[in-house]
Amino acid sequence: MAGNTPTATSYIQHHLQNLTFGHHPEHGWSIAQSAEEASEMGFWALHLDTLGWSIALGLVFVLLFRKVALKATTGVPSGLQNFVELMVEFVDNSVKDTFHGKSQLIAPLSLTIFCWVFLMNLMDLVPVDFLPMLAQKVGAMFGADPAHVYFKVVPTTDVNATLGMALSVFALIIFYTIREKGFSGFIGELTLHPFSSPNKLVQALFIPVNFLLETVTLIAKPISLALRLFGNLYAGELIFILIAMIGLWQLPLHFAWATFHILVITLQAFIFMMLTIVYLSMAVEKH
Amino acid sequence: MNLNLTLIGQAIAFAFFVWFCMRFVWPPVMQALRDRQKKIADGLDAASRASRDLELAEQQASETLRESKEQAAEILEQAHKRSSQMIDEAREQARQEGERMITQAKSEIEQEVNRAKDELRSQVSRLAVVAAERILESSIDEKRHAELVDKLAEEL
Repeated sequence: MAGNTPTATSYIQHHLQNLTFGHHPEHGWSIAQSAEEASEMGFWALHLDTLGWSIALGLVFVLLFRKVALKATTGVPSGLQNFVELMVEFVDNSVKDTFHGKSQLIAPLSLTIFCWVFLMNLMDLVPVDFLPMLAQKVGAMFGADPAHVYFKVVPTTDVNATLGMALSVFALIIFYTIREKGFSGFIGELTLHPFSSPNKLVQALFIPVNFLLETVTLIAKPISLALRLFGNLYAGELIFILIAMIGLWQLPLHFAWATFHILVITLQAFIFMMLTIVYLSMAVEKH
Repeated sequence: MNLNLTLIGQAIAFAFFVWFCMRFVWPPVMQALRDRQKKIADGLDAASRASRDLELAEQQASETLRESKEQAAEILEQAHKRSSQMIDEAREQARQEGERMITQAKSEIEQEVNRAKDELRSQVSRLAVVAAERILESSIDEKRHAELVDKLAEEL
């Protein structure tokens, strides 16, 4: 726990603060010592914990799968290869069921999303104090004040992480729309639906309305994608933190919530993957 | 909960992992899956072909068995026929031989009888002469009476 005798509020706030590195107007390039300092750093700051864990987990994913891919035999597969093939086939089937265009990217993209998001969500099951306390010990060794060493372990509870992925997907949606339908097709999709009329004048009246509606629809895609994952995991993490504060009774409660959370973790990873496929297939298909 | 550079960092990391997965993970695994699928399909194909072959071979075997059984029966029948024929032949031969031997024996017996008769005759004639000599106690001209005795003997 943070500090000597933390209040409930400070404990929770401490747990929800990222380890931020950035340019502070007063202290220059440094690690933020408080939430205020972190927000004063503005946009040009990095959440070291989010990035560190997400990249580490991403590496776990790609290296594990790469190792299996290198040794992939056509004979009887071993345990790990079995697992990897299971994942690959599962993702491949999901993609084939939903996405009817031809693309070399969609399936690996979906696999990466599913596995990476799953691994990042999985960090939620590590008891909330383990890694932050370790980080405080390490921070203290480097001469930092333990009370100000912030460490958020679950990257998907950081809206930057989920929005970063969602915006990448959004870019792909726009890229695929333009590639399949041309730029005029993209604009047409934004302005000629859902209201259309054979009458040119009426159509001209419809265009701003359509544009408004379709733009909101389009923008809602990455926002909902990012906030759904973020919200679910943030709420889950918050409940873990709350459970961690109630003393001995936390053990059965923590177990119960963690068990339930296994479902949430998998489901959210799956939903993120599935929605990505659906959005991209909508981008490719003609209406 | 500030939006900051992490967003872009995350997007870059995401792009890298997707690229890595697309380049180095997905193709080999899919290739292995496809190859295995093909291998299994080939294996099943071969298995069905083998079972067809087996069926054919079984058919052939039963056909051969049936043929050989027929052949064996035929051979057996022939052998039976032949053996009975041989028995008949042997019987016939034996019968003929027997007959022949009987005839021979009969003729030998006849010869023997004739010879015995001849001998008996000559001895009887001599005996008669001796007897007559004895009876008459005189020497009779043997030559003169020989004719008489021979005649007598022939009448015996």
